[in-house]
Amino acid sequence: MLDAISFALSNGEVAAVVGPSGCGKTTLLRIIVGLDRDFAGNVVLPAHGRLGIVFQEPRLLPWRTVEENVRLAAPQAGEAMLSALFATLGLTQHRRHYPGELSLGLARRVALARAFAFEPDLLALDEPFVSLDAALVERLRAELIELVSRRPTTTLLVTHSIEEAVGLADRILLLSPSPARLIAEVPIERPRSLASAAEIAVIRDKLRAAAAYG
Amino acid sequence: MNLAQRLGSVALLLAAWIIGSHLVGPRLLPSPQAVALAIIHEARSGALMFNLGVTLLRVAASFTLAMALGTVIGLAMGRNPVVNRLADPWLVVLLNLPALVIIVLAYVWAGLTEIAALVAVALNKLPIAIVTVREGARALDPALDEMARVFRMSGWVRLRHVIIPQLAPYLAAATRSGLSLVWKIVLIVELLGRPNGVGFEIGVAFQLFDVTRILAYALTFVVVMLAIETFLVQPFERYVSRWRIRPA
Repeated sequence: MLDAISFALSNGEVAAVVGPSGCGKTTLLRIIVGLDRDFAGNVVLPAHGRLGIVFQEPRLLPWRTVEENVRLAAPQAGEAMLSALFATLGLTQHRRHYPGELSLGLARRVALARAFAFEPDLLALDEPFVSLDAALVERLRAELIELVSRRPTTTLLVTHSIEEAVGLADRILLLSPSPARLIAEVPIERPRSLASAAEIAVIRDKLRAAAAYG
Repeated sequence: MNLAQRLGSVALLLAAWIIGSHLVGPRLLPSPQAVALAIIHEARSGALMFNLGVTLLRVAASFTLAMALGTVIGLAMGRNPVVNRLADPWLVVLLNLPALVIIVLAYVWAGLTEIAALVAVALNKLPIAIVTVREGARALDPALDEMARVFRMSGWVRLRHVIIPQLAPYLAAATRSGLSLVWKIVLIVELLGRPNGVGFEIGVAFQLFDVTRILAYALTFVVVMLAIETFLVQPFERYVSRWRIRPA
């Protein structure tokens, strides 16, 4: 499914893996976090190797409250850090709610809060905004940018949306259709600024050109 | 309305009892009043409380033993196919051994002791607990397991917060069927080889052909078990499933 993919992230860098659906982006992420062991190659993790992950589905424990879900994954997190996290993500009044009482957008935020509270050395995000409406995606992206800039975290974002990648990442890694190969690496000039439609179009053209040669 | 129907049903049962008592005579079926008087008499002498208490302790001990072992073995068999293949024939044998055979063998091999009694009861309940928990273990969500692995949750946290809550409906089913099965088998064990308890008293009453005393002990114990179900098992179930009740 994946073929000779090699890249390295520098400390605090946000990289986005972009590729067509079904090209193996999620598999790549699962290999990196150690959930998929059926591969040839090697993965070098940062020194302590604490990995935070936000799966495509929120994967919360339905029988534990929002706060308990976060605390169980991140027992080291202090109250100050948690309240700040919950405030940023608009979860303050939902701390005592159960996941079944939350909308998908809120549940995704809880999954984000859990991953950040864990204080990971590498944060893996698997299509964190998929199947949310545009306005909500915009808000969540702003919240995510705030979290990443407050505590610089080496982040690997997997997405099929170039807009999402441009809006969040320092660098875009473009994958080809399956079997996926790395066909382009495009640095983003002004990361996490609100790129205009024109800027996004330029990057998209760059990626298209790269894809055509690949 | 609901309560009225229930009370009506109980009244009908009492009426049938009184009529039946008149038809066959008080020796075969004593009247409700006679049974009530016998209960009061046994309670005054302290024998009722003592025997009920002893039987309840045996129920609690053998039930706990069977559920703890059943959960561990059921989890292991549900999660690990090798363990399952190795243990399944044993399970089938145990499932199909009649309760009486297990009890008699336990008494023959270990003597008429308390341990033999408790183990015999637990062994009768064990295979059903294993089968139920194994079913639950097979239905565990791998997505949550992966989440717990990535976040490096400790074994205890995983068991307590990820696995047991998923097993809760299965454990509840095993508890329900288990309690009613265990107390019935405890009575047989007491009848066959213990010097006290409700089963022993019923055995004595049987030899004396004292139907009043048999009914007095049996009814009191049924009430006790109903109370446990209503005031212990049901509130616990509501507490455990509190996250389901509130809608979005």
